[in-house]
Amino acid sequence: MIEVKGLHKSFGDAHILKGIDTFFEKGKTSLVIGQSGSGKTVFIKCLLGLFSYEKGTISYDGKIFSELSEDQKRDLRAEIGMVFQGSALFDSMTIQENVMFPLQMFTKMSKSEMEDRADFVLKRVNLDDAHYKMPSEASGGMQKRVAIARAIVNNPKYLFCDEPNSGLDPKTAIVIDNLIQEITDEYNIVTVINSHDMNSVMEIGEKIVFLQYGLKEWEGSKDTIFKTDNKAVTDFVYSSELFKKVRKMYLEEKQ
Amino acid sequence: MIVFFTLAVTKLNMTYINNIGLYFLMIKEMFRKPTKWSVMKGLILKDIDDLVIGSLGIVAFISFFVGGVITIQTALNITNPLIPRYLVGFATRQSVILEFAPTFTSIIMAGKVGSFITSSIGTMRVTEQIDALEVMGINSLNYLVFPKTVAMMLYPFAIAIGMFLGILGGMAACVYGGYTTLEDYITGVQMDFDGFHMTYSFLKTFVFAFILATIPSFHGYYMKGGALEVGKASTTSFVWTSVVIILLNYILTDMLLG
Ligand SMILES: Nc1ncnc2c1ncn2[C@@H]1O[C@H](COP(=O)(O)OP(=O)(O)O)[C@@H](O)[C@H]1O
Ligand SMILES: [Mg+2]
Repeated sequence: MIEVKGLHKSFGDAHILKGIDTFFEKGKTSLVIGQSGSGKTVFIKCLLGLFSYEKGTISYDGKIFSELSEDQKRDLRAEIGMVFQGSALFDSMTIQENVMFPLQMFTKMSKSEMEDRADFVLKRVNLDDAHYKMPSEASGGMQKRVAIARAIVNNPKYLFCDEPNSGLDPKTAIVIDNLIQEITDEYNIVTVINSHDMNSVMEIGEKIVFLQYGLKEWEGSKDTIFKTDNKAVTDFVYSSELFKKVRKMYLEEKQ
Repeated sequence: MIVFFTLAVTKLNMTYINNIGLYFLMIKEMFRKPTKWSVMKGLILKDIDDLVIGSLGIVAFISFFVGGVITIQTALNITNPLIPRYLVGFATRQSVILEFAPTFTSIIMAGKVGSFITSSIGTMRVTEQIDALEVMGINSLNYLVFPKTVAMMLYPFAIAIGMFLGILGGMAACVYGGYTTLEDYITGVQMDFDGFHMTYSFLKTFVFAFILATIPSFHGYYMKGGALEVGKASTTSFVWTSVVIILLNYILTDMLLG
């Protein structure tokens, strides 16, 4: 479980996060949603310790992150998988080497074992013919999938995804969402996903945190988000006509 | 007005002092939590190839021709018949070994090797690859900067080749241009050879090699912004690397020879 208490983060005069309290549980896919620029990326980078913050505590299974030594932080991070918004693949390595990289760094596997494991995870993200391409030769969607494969290759305990399906076609996006949910269930890990994609929210949001103006405006799940009267949430979630209709139908059905 | 000016200057100085502090912290951090040797070995070999072997061509080319030019200039400027002709060889040797090969070449390398290092690390910073390393629990400074620093410890070999070719270039210019005879040039090159000059020169080169690896890394690693800033960081890195090399050259020369 990851617990966040009173998290404040500013860049100079810009106060981006103004006291966030929440928690993310094991075996659940948690979504952090909010408009572009609402601080989702900053939030996730604070959780990972990539940004320092002025106030607040973040704890991983009871261990307060800021109180760990640099080496303890690195040991903890070896158990974290992260998918960056821009994929962040190493561009001097092939796709296969990218996926094998965490194994090479943190396990004693032989080369063939690593290759087998890389094959396995690449298949899971529907990529089995791109092993020897360089990241620059892959499309954005392929890069995202490689990034997911790299994040899960070493069986992380905590998985973070920053907009994992932005830039993907709707079909692949659903495959990726389901994949992330399956992995979360199967390995009983803590998964936190940043998203502004409503499909994901409806599909996999077992817990949803809605950020607005630096505050946690609302918290719930994909079931409660239909019923909420919170205007900020409904404005954001049902901004498209399609979702307005879906909500209306859903509420009528319930009556 | 004066208060404002003092404040501005103090603020400026603070950033310099902060950066110098950050630079030394970076050096310290670079040695902590080392990357697995099996991985590090590959990184070092790759950097030797990119940084040192990849620079041999330009070092050889420049050394040979600048050696030639030094010889011609010296020969043309010695017009007094009382000065022996072998002085041309002597002067070439001294300038090539003491200054041209170690210092001048290093300034050129600040442009070549330095901007390569800054832009490759800077690109990794802006595309979040450094964050990706850190999130995996890897000491990114050790992973990125340490192999470059180790690889650059072979840079003095490139300089040794540069010294040899500089003197050879001088010889070629001298003989083909008809400025002195081959015998005179060789006598000059061998005259009054002081072994400590070599020690001094290579000591400098090692220091410069360290600077060439670390200052550009610093500018790449701590840069902020996007692709445009990568270009700016490379330029700033070149300026600072050259300035530091020139200053250290002065200090080391004063300490060791003065
Ligand atoms: N490194 C940074 N320096 C200064 N401001 C930043 C930085 N990163 C993000 N911000 C600001 O923080 C706000 C939130 O950004 P971000 O978390 O990226 O939004 P999003 O919800 O789209 O992921 C934005 O206003 C952005 O300008
Ligand atoms: Mg973002």
